Amino acid sequence: MSIIKRRQPNRSRAGDIGVYLVLIMFGSVMVLPLIYATCQAFKPLDEIYKFPPTILVRNPTLDNFSDLFVTMSQSWVPFTRYIFNTVFITAVGTVGQLLIASMGAYVLAKYDFPGGRKFFTLITTALMFNGYVTSIPSYLIMAKIGWVDSYLAAFVPAFAAPMGIFLMKQFMEGIPDALLEAAKIDGAKEWGIFTKIVMPNVKPAWLTLIIFSVQGLWNNPQSTYIYSEELKTLPYALQQITAGGVARAGAGAAVTLVMMIVPIGIFIFSESNILETMASSGIKD
Amino acid sequence: MGNILSLYFRRKKRNMKIAWKKAKASKNCYLFILPYALLFTVFFILPICMSLVLSFTYYNVLEPAEFIGITNYKNLILADDVFLTAVKNTFVLAGIIGPVGYIASFLFAWLINELPRYLKAIAIVCFYAPSISGAAFTIWQMIFSNDAYGWVNSLIQEFGMDPVLWLSNPEYMLTVVVIVSLWMSLGSGFLAFVAGLQGVDRAQYEAAYVDGVKNRWQELWYITLPSMKPMLLFGAINSITAAFNVADVPELLCGFPSTDYAVHTVVSHLKDYGSLRFEMGYASAVATILFLAMLFCNKLVQALLRRVGN
Repeated sequence: MSIIKRRQPNRSRAGDIGVYLVLIMFGSVMVLPLIYATCQAFKPLDEIYKFPPTILVRNPTLDNFSDLFVTMSQSWVPFTRYIFNTVFITAVGTVGQLLIASMGAYVLAKYDFPGGRKFFTLITTALMFNGYVTSIPSYLIMAKIGWVDSYLAAFVPAFAAPMGIFLMKQFMEGIPDALLEAAKIDGAKEWGIFTKIVMPNVKPAWLTLIIFSVQGLWNNPQSTYIYSEELKTLPYALQQITAGGVARAGAGAAVTLVMMIVPIGIFIFSESNILETMASSGIKD
Repeated sequence: MGNILSLYFRRKKRNMKIAWKKAKASKNCYLFILPYALLFTVFFILPICMSLVLSFTYYNVLEPAEFIGITNYKNLILADDVFLTAVKNTFVLAGIIGPVGYIASFLFAWLINELPRYLKAIAIVCFYAPSISGAAFTIWQMIFSNDAYGWVNSLIQEFGMDPVLWLSNPEYMLTVVVIVSLWMSLGSGFLAFVAGLQGVDRAQYEAAYVDGVKNRWQELWYITLPSMKPMLLFGAINSITAAFNVADVPELLCGFPSTDYAVHTVVSHLKDYGSLRFEMGYASAVATILFLAMLFCNKLVQALLRRVGN
């Protein structure tokens, strides 16, 4: 069986081949720098500064990682603490956002209640405002409620990120009203409809939301509100290493790899789920 | 006159009553949205409003803010040459990265959707990985490095050309930033499109084939695009915000500030005043102008999207 087979009658073979060519061409452009970044982490120092530079690694070594490990073991608080902080903040932030944003998105998408539409406009408008200047006012608010230098400051605002509710609402609009009506006639309560009918039907949306949220929280050094070394995150600790310049070039490359591997891993996992669920859900208008 | 007024108020009162009744009937809706609305107001709306107010003040973070009217805006537009350079750069960057990134996101998502499943999964990872891998774009610093260790420089030296200062010669800096930003631009929009395309009803395609849709382009215009409208809007707003907020890429690649301000963007300018000079009022004014520009683009794009599939 050839890979290129005609799945639909209104597809030309030339077009199919064109699609493959375009995707292979651009795909390799997209991936090449990442392969370079990966190889860099396994290169001995003399190979990192070799002339002419090479993409692939000749003599792979784990020196950079053991370097990283040694540097890390000298840190003030145990290195596992940084990992725990980041994992904790990422996990709580993601779960919280998923729940709170989905609940809000459900009523915004499926009910016409006074103020609902205006509120949604407000959300999309808030997306346009650069987060950087709001950091001082946000800090003042955090200080007022006494959350400065606590985990709460890191994940509670993430619950309300406008991007999440926007994404969920756009997908929930696709759920047919008839389905919800039917459930109501069968005597389902609002909460039951939300958890048993709406959420399973937008699984691709919330898996996508998980990807966005993990991506954002995992890479966030969270240095605005947190001072205590025990509460600091992995990206923050790793930033200090990459700041070491040439002397730490090897460890720096290892850091880049470590930081990119986790979001990509979570992405691969959720992505295969997205593709899976859609094939099986058959409820349509 | 008095008659008309009383009529107006009576009608207003009645409208309010109806609205109140409706609001009471949708009590559950408010309960569902309450947690989100609360957090959103405290952590997003409130800080944004505070920044808007600050933009009319002189505020150096240490002393209390002092109201100075529209002086910040006046200075920005009339006296700040660097700001005007930044505006020009931002418009050039946003004008390329926004539309190209948006169209590419959709095009690649759509083409990938034509692949058989296992190839589809691999392709999605390849195309999305650059956006998700955080600071991995610093690798471009090595690729375009100014010295001979740079990958591009060593390549063109093989062909007998002189190495180029890619990251500090104003002639090339903008191009490099555009390339790297485009590499990363298949962001959230792309992923939303991939998920959205999965949800388009298969039966619609079959019906369309029976109705005489001959090729994939017609199918795209008459079926795929109209059923993807909510995701298209999501992707558009994402592209606008990403395109106007370019700052990290030029800063990390070309330094901050960049040579001759060649890749200085509005957001770089904002950071400059916000965190280096501690002129929060001025920085807020910059943010407000950026905000207005983005709102305008948003309106424009929404008007365009309304025509899709017609």
